[in-house]
Amino acid sequence: MLTILFDGIAYGMLLFVLACGLAVTLGLMNFINLAHGSFAMAGGYVTVVLVNRLGVPFLLSLPIAFLASAGIGFIFERTLYVHVYRKSHLDQVLFTIGLVFMSVAAVDYVMGSGQVFVQVPSAWQGKFDAFGVGIGRYRLLIIVICGLLTVALQFILAYTRFGSRLRAAVDDGRVARGLGINVNWIFALTFAFGSGLAGLGGALGAEILGLDPSFPLKFMIYFLIVVTVGGTSSITGPFLASLLLGIGDVAGKYYVPTLGSFVIYTIMIVVLVWRPQGLFSRATSR
Amino acid sequence: MTPPPIAVRTATEWLSARARWHPLEIVFWFAAFAAIYLFPARHLILTEIAWLGLFALSLDLILGYAGIISLGHAAFFGFGAYTAALLAKHEIIEEPVLALLISGCAAMALGFVTSFLVLRGSDLTRLMVTLGVALVLRELANRYGWLTGGADGLQGVSIKPVLGVFRFDMFGHTGYTYSLTVLFILFLVARRLVNSPFGLSLLSVKSNPLRSSAIGISVDARLVAIYTVAAGYAGIAGALLAQTTAFASLEVFSFDRSADLLLVLIIGGAGYLYGGLIGAIIFKFMQDYLSALTPQYWPFWIGLALVVIVLVGRDRITSWTTPIRLMAARLNWRALARRSAERL
Repeated sequence: MLTILFDGIAYGMLLFVLACGLAVTLGLMNFINLAHGSFAMAGGYVTVVLVNRLGVPFLLSLPIAFLASAGIGFIFERTLYVHVYRKSHLDQVLFTIGLVFMSVAAVDYVMGSGQVFVQVPSAWQGKFDAFGVGIGRYRLLIIVICGLLTVALQFILAYTRFGSRLRAAVDDGRVARGLGINVNWIFALTFAFGSGLAGLGGALGAEILGLDPSFPLKFMIYFLIVVTVGGTSSITGPFLASLLLGIGDVAGKYYVPTLGSFVIYTIMIVVLVWRPQGLFSRATSR
Repeated sequence: MTPPPIAVRTATEWLSARARWHPLEIVFWFAAFAAIYLFPARHLILTEIAWLGLFALSLDLILGYAGIISLGHAAFFGFGAYTAALLAKHEIIEEPVLALLISGCAAMALGFVTSFLVLRGSDLTRLMVTLGVALVLRELANRYGWLTGGADGLQGVSIKPVLGVFRFDMFGHTGYTYSLTVLFILFLVARRLVNSPFGLSLLSVKSNPLRSSAIGISVDARLVAIYTVAAGYAGIAGALLAQTTAFASLEVFSFDRSADLLLVLIIGGAGYLYGGLIGAIIFKFMQDYLSALTPQYWPFWIGLALVVIVLVGRDRITSWTTPIRLMAARLNWRALARRSAERL
């Protein structure tokens, strides 16, 4: 029972790190980015190549995965996304679906269509018992890393100059621009940072979620659930939503395996119809 | 009897001018029916174009005319496909035309029930809800394998001759004639629908829901109605697929199918009924050509097409149809002006 809770929390934390970049893109720029999973996949494959082929230590490969995904995100934002911000939602959907399809086929071409695994060092494998609860070492690592990241993220958003500029841009982009804040630059940095986090999540999650070229399609719906159910106006909303989703999904698969993901999707539809702005959002949000 | 006031008369004339058949439309349908005799070797792909065109037409009704972005239109397509396949397999209703109608009605019922889910919320919420409905149906079809055959698909379906006379053959001759006829009839209905006052009110809802409700259009009722009709169309398209291939699998619900459909409609241009049909023709021949070159990486080219279309601009991509549309509009206006002048 507690083990399920623990696994669920680890899964939820992972989902949060994967999806929080999307929460910012959606909330900040009102931009529907279905291709978010592609950046996560990029991070995952970078780690696989580094660890399995080049023998880089696992923990060192994580920041590299972050930087690689952030770099890709930055380049894409400056060259492609920037042209699509002002277009209609339909255009954004079409554009990002196109990117997803391209990334899926390209990764398939380069890396093969099979599922790949990261060779996690043996020190991180296995379980130990703490007060009768079986705790996976790797999952504990995920919780620690993701927990630290969440705290850091909250700190950056709430207490730094960059954070306050970002929040200003969220609340009213035009006024923020008028105050001399370079909103475009903040968008680009935030987008890159979000993509980097997704890449880090992909690297960490390759072991648990499984990594194959269809990753962006498979998890797209999960990221979107986190963001839409959590609401896009704060960072705590998506965080709570991803914890709920993680625990719910793990528990659901354990207790009622015959129903599969059915429960998750149904709950999502009910929540969205009940509160279209998300469970934890302010009433005034867009 | 007093004659109707001038405003009503002008409006009626405007509507009927809008609905007038253009010569190019007649050429289009003539060519489609001529293909029955002209290209008997290509009937299999032409059949696919026919049901894909119908499916895209159905998306056009809600996207082009009512402005609802849907990522889960395959839900209705798949529902119709499974209904038709199950009806045939268990020999409940053996006659294909009747089974087609029933599949369409089943999908319509599903569309009616789920239409209330898309009324609220932003584009994103609608996107998620439509996608969610398709995913839920896919999960259900996967779970209830005793009914649907699960991941293996529904096998052992045999379709009886259409109207008891025309037997389905492996070259798709009957399939194409049958699908094209269904497409044509449903197209006529859709054409009547969008050129009616109802269709105009949909366009008004699309451009501004708030103002529409201010001039007395009940926005929600219109959206429910068109969503239901579109679901029925998608269901019939799915049923056509199931009947012409005698097979239904989980793939009918897949996300790729909904996404491909968006591309089909975007190539042809949304918001006028021929967009979906022209898009289906281009898409299928493109797919036929490209997947012969690289079967596995065909999604890459779909993705590239989508990205390029958006970056270049959808208006510019479909602008190749604008001269035709302008010409059609001008002809209609001229006729209208002439007749108003005669009356005065």
